[in-house]
Amino acid sequence: MTAGANLFEQQARNRRLTVAWLVLFILFFAWLGFGGDLALYLAAAARTEGQVAYRFPWIGVVVTTIAAVTAWVSWRKGPQQVLWSTGARQLITPQSFEEKQLLDVVEEMAIAAGLPRPKVYVIDDPDPNAFATGRDAPTACIAVTTGLLAAVNREELQGVVAHEMGHVRNLDVRLMTLIASLVGVIVVLSNGMGRMLRGGGSLLGGRGRKASGPLALAALVVFVLWVITLILAPFISRIMAMAVSRDREYLADATGAELTRNPAALASALQKIETHEAPTTHIKEGAAHLCIADPLGRDVNLKEGRLADLLATHPPMAMRITRLKGMAFQQLKAAGKAPTA
Amino acid sequence: MGSILLLVVLAVIVLWVISAYNGLISLKNQTVNAWKQIDVQLKRRHDLIPNLVNTVKGSMSFEKDTLQAVVDARSKAMASGGGVKETAAAEGALTGALGKLFVVMERYPDLKSSQNVRDLQEELSSTENKIAFARQLYNDVATSYNTKQQQFPTNLVAGLAKAEHAELWEIEDQAERAVPQVDLSLQKPQG
Repeated sequence: MTAGANLFEQQARNRRLTVAWLVLFILFFAWLGFGGDLALYLAAAARTEGQVAYRFPWIGVVVTTIAAVTAWVSWRKGPQQVLWSTGARQLITPQSFEEKQLLDVVEEMAIAAGLPRPKVYVIDDPDPNAFATGRDAPTACIAVTTGLLAAVNREELQGVVAHEMGHVRNLDVRLMTLIASLVGVIVVLSNGMGRMLRGGGSLLGGRGRKASGPLALAALVVFVLWVITLILAPFISRIMAMAVSRDREYLADATGAELTRNPAALASALQKIETHEAPTTHIKEGAAHLCIADPLGRDVNLKEGRLADLLATHPPMAMRITRLKGMAFQQLKAAGKAPTA
Repeated sequence: MGSILLLVVLAVIVLWVISAYNGLISLKNQTVNAWKQIDVQLKRRHDLIPNLVNTVKGSMSFEKDTLQAVVDARSKAMASGGGVKETAAAEGALTGALGKLFVVMERYPDLKSSQNVRDLQEELSSTENKIAFARQLYNDVATSYNTKQQQFPTNLVAGLAKAEHAELWEIEDQAERAVPQVDLSLQKPQG
C-alpha cells in the first residue's frame, strides 16, 4: 500500500505549492506596486533634493489590493472560469450512447477512487482531449471533447477518465486551476501596466529638470529592475506553471493505471490522441497545462532535453506511453503470463 | 524530576494510544463504507437483470438455458446472507452467468443492433465495472485495515478498538481471473 502513503505526500505537496503560489503572486504584485512607488519617490527626492511631497504609496496599495482580490476570485471561481473559457457544457441527461457511456465511466472511476462523482462537461471540439478542474474532490469537474468520445473505445475512455480522476485525487486540480487563473491575471496585468508605463514614462525620466546624485541613480536602478520584472513576469510564471504541470502528468498516468489496473488502455488512448495532430481550438493557452495532452499541438512537447524541459507543458508522449506499457508488462509478469522474450 | 519525566512519558503514551485507536476506527469505518458501496452496485445489478431478460427473451427463445441460469443465479445471489465469502461466491456465479449470456447475445446481430438492448447492455456492463471497482477499493481499504491491526505497535490497541480481521473479496471464478490480452508492441506513435 505504498500508493496510499504516496497519495498523502502528493496532496500535502500540492497544498504547500498552492499556498506558495498565492503568496508569490501577491508578493509579485506588491513589488510591482510598491516598487513603482519607490522609484517615483526616489526620482522625486532626487529632483527636489529631499523635499518630497510624494509620500503615500498609492500604486502599491491599489495594486496589492487588486492582486489579493483577484487571487481570491481565482481561488473561488477558477474552475468555472476555465470551463467557461472552453465553452464546455455540463452533461446531466445524456443525449447519445457515447454521452451515457461517458457518465457511466466517470462514475466507475469515482467508485474506484472512492471519491464523489465529479461533474461531467463536454466540449464540442473534434480534437480528442480532456481535462479536470476544481478546488477539491467534491467540486471537481471533468471535461472531455466530443472528439475524444468519437476516437476512443470504452476501455480507453476509462483510462483517460482515470488519469483525470488521478488529478482530482492527488489535488492537482486545485493547484493547476489556481495557476491557470493566476498566470492569466499576470499576463493581462503586466501587459496593461506596460502600456500605462509608455504613457506615463516621462514622470520618471526627469527630462524637465536635471536630476543627478545617488538618489537619481537609486531611482534608475529600482526603475530598471521594476521594468525587467514586468517584462519577464509572464514568461517566468508560464515556465513555472509548465514545470508544475509536467511532473504531475506522469503521476496522473500512474494513478490512472492504479485505478483501472489497465495501463495498456490508457497507453493506446494516448496513442490515438497523439495521432490527431490538429490543435484543440476551444482550449486556449491558459488552460493548456490542465489537459491530458497539449491542446496546442506544440512540437516542443514531443522532444526531450533542456529546452523542451523548460517550455513543454507535458512530458513527451512517447515516454508516457512507454512507461505505461512497462506497467502493463509488469502486470502481466505478476500474473505469470509474461511473454518470454 | 523523576516524577515529571514519568508524567511526560505517560502523556506521550496516552496520546499515542488515542491516535492509534482513532486511526484504526477510521480504517474500520472506511472498510464498512467500502463494503456498502459494493452493496449498492450489487442491488443495482439485481434490479437491472429482469429488464434485460424480458427484453431479450423474445429474440432468444431457444437459449432458454442461458437465460434460466442468469435468473437462477440472480435469485441465489439475492437470497445469500451478508457474509463476504457467501456474497462473493453467489455474485461471482451471477457474473459468470451474465458473461455467458453476453457471449451468446453476440451471435444475434439484430439484438446487437437494437438501441434498447445496446443501452441495457451498457448499463449492465457499467454496473459490472462498478462492482469490480467497488470491490477493488474494498479490498485495498480492507488490506490496509488488516495490515494496520497486525503491525507492531498498533496491534497492541487492536483489541481496544475491537478491530477484527476484514475478509477480502476473493475471485472464485476461474473465468473472471483471466487477464485480458494486451498489445505490448513498443512501437513509436506516428507523428
